[in-house]
Amino acid sequence: MNTAEKYADERLMRSHFHPREAAWNVRDAWASWNGYKFAECYYDAEYEYFCVRNSCATYDICPMQKYYVQGRDAEAMLNRMVTRDISKLPLDRVTYVVWCTDQGRMVDDGTIFKLADDRFMLTCGSPCGAWLKMSAFGFSDVTVTDMSDHIAALSLQGPTSCAVLKKMGLHGIDSAKPFDIRHFPFHGDTLMVSRTGFTGDLGYELWVNPELALQMWDELYAAGADYNIQPFGEEATNMARLEAGFIMPGMEFNEALKTIHFEHDQTPFELNLGWLVDFNKPHFNGRNALLKEKERGPKYTLTRLDIEGNKPAEHSYLYSNKRCTREIGYVTSAMWSPAVKANIALAMVKTDCLEGEIWAEIYYEKELRQYNKAARCSVMKKPFWAPARARATPPPDY
Amino acid sequence: MEHYDSIIIGAGHNGLVCAAYLARAGQKVLVLETADKPGGLAASREFHAGFKAPVAHSVNHFPKKIVTDLGLESHGFGTSSESLPTIGLSEEGHHVVLQGGAVTGVEAGDAAAYPDFMKQMQRFADALKPFWLKTIPRAAITNLADMMTFGRIGLKLRMLGKEDMREFMRITALPARDLMDENFDHPILKSVLCWDGLIGSKMAPRSPNHAVLPLLYRMSGDYCGDPGSLIEALHAAASASGAKIRTATAVERILVRTKDGVLAAQGVELANGEKIEADRVVSSADPQTTFFSLAGVESLEIEFTNRIRRLRCDGYVAKLHLALNGLPEFTGLDQVGGRMIIAPHMDAIEFAYDEAKYGECSNEPVMEIVIPSLRDSSLAPQGQHVLSAHVMYAPRRLKGGWDDSKRESFRERAIDAIARYAPGIRGQIIHSELLTPKDLESDFGVTGGHWHHTEFALDQALMMRPTYQAAQYSTPLPGLYLCGAGCHPGGDLNGSPGHNAAHEILR
Amino acid sequence: MVMKKYDAIIIGAGHNGLTNAAYLAKAGLDVVVVEKNDYIGGASTSREMHEGWVYSSASYVCSMLRQAIHRDLNLTKHGLILVPYLGTVNFGDDGSTLVDYPNEEAAYLELKRHSPHDADAMHRFQADLARYAQFIRKTLLRTPPDPTSLRPRDIRELMFLGKQFWALGEKEMYEYVRFFTMSAADFLEDYFENGLVKAAMSSAGIIGTALGVFSPGSAYILLHHVMGDVDGNIGAWGLARGGMGAISNAIAGAMQEHGGELRTNAGVSQVLVKNGKASGVVLESGEELYSGIVVSNLDAKRTFTKIMDRKDLPPGIFEKAEQFKIRGSSGKVNIALSALPKFKGLPDNRYIDRGGQGFTGSLETMERAYDCWKRGRWSDDPFVESVIPSAWDPTVAPPGKHWMSNFIQYCPPTLADGPWTPGERDRFGQAVVDKIERYSPGFKDLIVHMEVRTPHELEQEIGLTEGNIFQGELTIDQLLFNRPFPGYAQYRMPVKNLYMCGSSTHPGGGVSAACGANAAREILMDLKRPNTVPEDDFYDE
Repeated sequence: MNTAEKYADERLMRSHFHPREAAWNVRDAWASWNGYKFAECYYDAEYEYFCVRNSCATYDICPMQKYYVQGRDAEAMLNRMVTRDISKLPLDRVTYVVWCTDQGRMVDDGTIFKLADDRFMLTCGSPCGAWLKMSAFGFSDVTVTDMSDHIAALSLQGPTSCAVLKKMGLHGIDSAKPFDIRHFPFHGDTLMVSRTGFTGDLGYELWVNPELALQMWDELYAAGADYNIQPFGEEATNMARLEAGFIMPGMEFNEALKTIHFEHDQTPFELNLGWLVDFNKPHFNGRNALLKEKERGPKYTLTRLDIEGNKPAEHSYLYSNKRCTREIGYVTSAMWSPAVKANIALAMVKTDCLEGEIWAEIYYEKELRQYNKAARCSVMKKPFWAPARARATPPPDY
Repeated sequence: MEHYDSIIIGAGHNGLVCAAYLARAGQKVLVLETADKPGGLAASREFHAGFKAPVAHSVNHFPKKIVTDLGLESHGFGTSSESLPTIGLSEEGHHVVLQGGAVTGVEAGDAAAYPDFMKQMQRFADALKPFWLKTIPRAAITNLADMMTFGRIGLKLRMLGKEDMREFMRITALPARDLMDENFDHPILKSVLCWDGLIGSKMAPRSPNHAVLPLLYRMSGDYCGDPGSLIEALHAAASASGAKIRTATAVERILVRTKDGVLAAQGVELANGEKIEADRVVSSADPQTTFFSLAGVESLEIEFTNRIRRLRCDGYVAKLHLALNGLPEFTGLDQVGGRMIIAPHMDAIEFAYDEAKYGECSNEPVMEIVIPSLRDSSLAPQGQHVLSAHVMYAPRRLKGGWDDSKRESFRERAIDAIARYAPGIRGQIIHSELLTPKDLESDFGVTGGHWHHTEFALDQALMMRPTYQAAQYSTPLPGLYLCGAGCHPGGDLNGSPGHNAAHEILR
Repeated sequence: MVMKKYDAIIIGAGHNGLTNAAYLAKAGLDVVVVEKNDYIGGASTSREMHEGWVYSSASYVCSMLRQAIHRDLNLTKHGLILVPYLGTVNFGDDGSTLVDYPNEEAAYLELKRHSPHDADAMHRFQADLARYAQFIRKTLLRTPPDPTSLRPRDIRELMFLGKQFWALGEKEMYEYVRFFTMSAADFLEDYFENGLVKAAMSSAGIIGTALGVFSPGSAYILLHHVMGDVDGNIGAWGLARGGMGAISNAIAGAMQEHGGELRTNAGVSQVLVKNGKASGVVLESGEELYSGIVVSNLDAKRTFTKIMDRKDLPPGIFEKAEQFKIRGSSGKVNIALSALPKFKGLPDNRYIDRGGQGFTGSLETMERAYDCWKRGRWSDDPFVESVIPSAWDPTVAPPGKHWMSNFIQYCPPTLADGPWTPGERDRFGQAVVDKIERYSPGFKDLIVHMEVRTPHELEQEIGLTEGNIFQGELTIDQLLFNRPFPGYAQYRMPVKNLYMCGSSTHPGGGVSAACGANAAREILMDLKRPNTVPEDDFYDE
């Protein structure tokens, strides 16, 4: 018996788009996400990143977790779970949400799609079925269905994305505002398109029956051929999302239910997501704790930093002085931004130190020799990357 | 529309105690009771023409403070500080009798060991006693008064002395069986002494951790008495204090509305649609009924909800009532009376439990029997009697569910067990009924038919009863309080939860 | 001739006795370890029971051995290599299997195959368990404080525990109490919905204990078995190359290197007490050995009721020892096999050669086995926890041949109808073989040799009272400052100069070497010698 066969069942699942992606993956660079084989990059991460910023590129979101929450109590159940008021969410709209433990620590973030008055889709980066089950307990009419493996989803991002979809025949897609949902007939089925994404740029996410996944891919890639369409992987995504200032679990925050140590998880206020917490809503999970947190002020605040020089500040400590004697925080993600030509980072900084000087102690290597330096950091009020086209409706022609 | 300071859901003994204290403090109080009369599980009910019995058939450890505060004696509560004898029945008639700190029917060694054992247990019980009538603060101490409470607990334990304190810390988690084996030889004596640690719980003599605390709890009361007279006295005391008591009035739900921007309990809606407003709602119903059926999960936190869901609330005790045409005769027992226990040895309890853990009824049930008509002649026609028994184990979640034939077969099994000790009893039975935990659930609205509302166990005790977010009588939902057996200190006809809840509300 | 007087005599060459002796010798004491058998290691031993096959006759897996001790005593130099398990295959009643893969994604997919809900819930379960383990792990290489004492050291240690507990945060303090007192089945019900997942996760809650998965307190036992680590992987289990005897041999090597003496075939019949002080031992041969102190590696019951004169003990101690809960509940069947067995429901027999096998069945199956134990019987459908070390370890069986270690829960110390007989013992072994055969048809035909050990054999051979593998139940009444008895948890026994260093003391059973090391630290403190025992180290600090 050959060994490969022996451990066959341990292999990762294949995405609905895998046959096409495998062909594109020149580097055979695979990672994993929620049990799926998932591309780190296909050809060159920076090239893929520039496709997102310059033309358009696709990102496979089949491994993303998707749950249908249905029934008369679906809205009440979700509204108790998340911090935002989704009773205000109109039909065929999407909203970004976070949800917390009773103690107000963040369980995860995700998006809610309102598909009908009694039907919602919740998407998130990691499995959430156990928490949803706990959240649904006690409601008489709500069912949660894990659709993760039963919906094929592909994200199309970049300035030419709208043009490509139009060429693909999705007429009227240009009228979709950010967070709008549109439905198109597609080979006897429906293709759902939402104007959403994780790159901070103009972009859409396409949702379809898995049986039509490859067909959709082929039509999309045929339409995109003249617009330099290209798949992008995890590395390019991470670059784009950092420029946009989006948070990642395992980087900016620890999912509360997987956190071992006391307060090694975060509150939305620490993550600068206080705007997602709607205290006008009389009740939601963690409300009391979050109200206290708001009054007290978060211990740390997630901050965008522009750092002098060009050495990325990955894993750096932050200090209030150049001599690096008083520690005031730590960097969560950092990189050299190719688009804005800046040395950028997201960092957790002690809230009461935000106004003062911030210095990063950066370690870097030159030909196996280790160096360190202190670099001055400036707090950025705005995202590093927020092009007007990402918000404009209809989007401009690239 | 009428507006109350406090609405109390349920006129069980805890609801009445709480109502009386609140009304005496000047609050406008309304007590709402689904049944036709107050009393809950302690209310006498006619199970056959002329024959009555309460489900909770004895008052064993009622606190003196409540009796004094509420003047219960002047309202007719006949108290006695002497407990009934407890008799461990023997098929051959060699009964073991526990009365007044002594035991008879055992070998000299056991007889000598018994007073010492009881004295030590009583010392432990006395050390804990002051804390049953106190709110136990949260573990994260935020103020001086709370620190004092913990300080006092620590001090009480220290005052036991080194040896006793060590022994206390060892035995609190000991299985009942080990505790008895360490001290005694006589099988009936051991199983009788286990009984108070186990009755009502999903536990058996070999189960560690949760048996000793209930044992000590049951040793720390002051008075014994009749459930009937207790309920009448409480009813009278509450009414006299100005509390209004409406019976035959079922609460459909607690009105939860936005107040100052947050959800709060502000009254109740009755089954007939009537709405009554109040500053607060105090529920003597069990935690699951209170939070899930009355308040609704929409207004509660998710982890809290699920912790309440996971409370161990399934009852394992069935209630047997026999209408008898005369006083039953037990082999070798000169004087019938007191509390009689059928459990010939500890493994009889253990093995009866083994069947119940898989969702089956015990083949050889064990039980506690009293004949309440001996003390209260109003319960049966002249010369006739009522036999009342708590029979273990009958799981709430019986495999395949309860039905009439399963109820009947368990009833017959229980009567067969009694007949082995009282051979003539079958001929005396005029009528018999068995209430399964499921019947108790549907007839009295107690989740799981568990008469402690939720299991009395170390992890569901003190500042963790029913769970840590609701252990100081207030709940995560503003305006909603608990005052039932699901709160510290726990179940039985004791009244401390009602007392403590009232003090917490008035604080 | 002047009789030689040792500084310390250690009774019993179990791994804790050897560890204790090694640290005393390292401090310069003149020590001798006396062992009744002709082999050392006690329950941590390797023995060639059939030509070419070396069995770990009793304990079979290592996860609690404190690596600070491993490093400090240089056990690797003395021949110890620990190889971590990759994972365990659990077999359900219905023939389904659940493989605990070491790879995170593979483990996730395997769980998802049984229940997507449980695959998600596992993350929370593991985080919670790690948090509980983290607190208790910190106590392993420390002496429990006496909560009734006002001595500075006791107060300091109590404050240490309090601080660690406080650091959990308010919510987790309550959760901890709840966890500590509840049953394994109840605890798992908080997380999982799939029967096999629950069964697989709960099995650690009953190993070695006279409790069932439904008994309150079994959640802690579960933690006790998963709080060890191999190279920082908390919960990982490992195999010692050459069998469990390799651990004892390595510790003995370290002890001898430090000048300690080892005498086998030297069972102790009596501890000598003069003027209220332990002063030596009388061997079964009649020979007397003298020493400044005596350290017993035997369990508490055996120490005080078998090798001590009752009149040498203060009042009440004999009774305490008699009442010490030390119930035998486990059996062991070691089997020499002519080939690797093949299992049903397991494509390509995977993982049999790199991890354990848990014949867990279901919660009910395990609990019913416990019910049998209560009635003085063994179950025909017992919980069996197995491993085939020869699949990794070339030193324990001839090439191509194998040996399978089978641990059985439950097995009563005596049978309802009387003591064990060879016939009953073999019938018990047959029940185990029959169970494995159900999952591995043809298994019986592979058997070359079989060694069946009930609690009776464990007691006769290695002196564990009733065959209890922990030297005393791990229930709250016998943990931490209650172990073995309240007031005697700091390794000093009621007779002056007498100490205990076996698993009857804190932190209890398992091949941790912590009991022996902790006792050494206390002894050296009493003798005003510099401490040689290292502090524990943790990966999560």
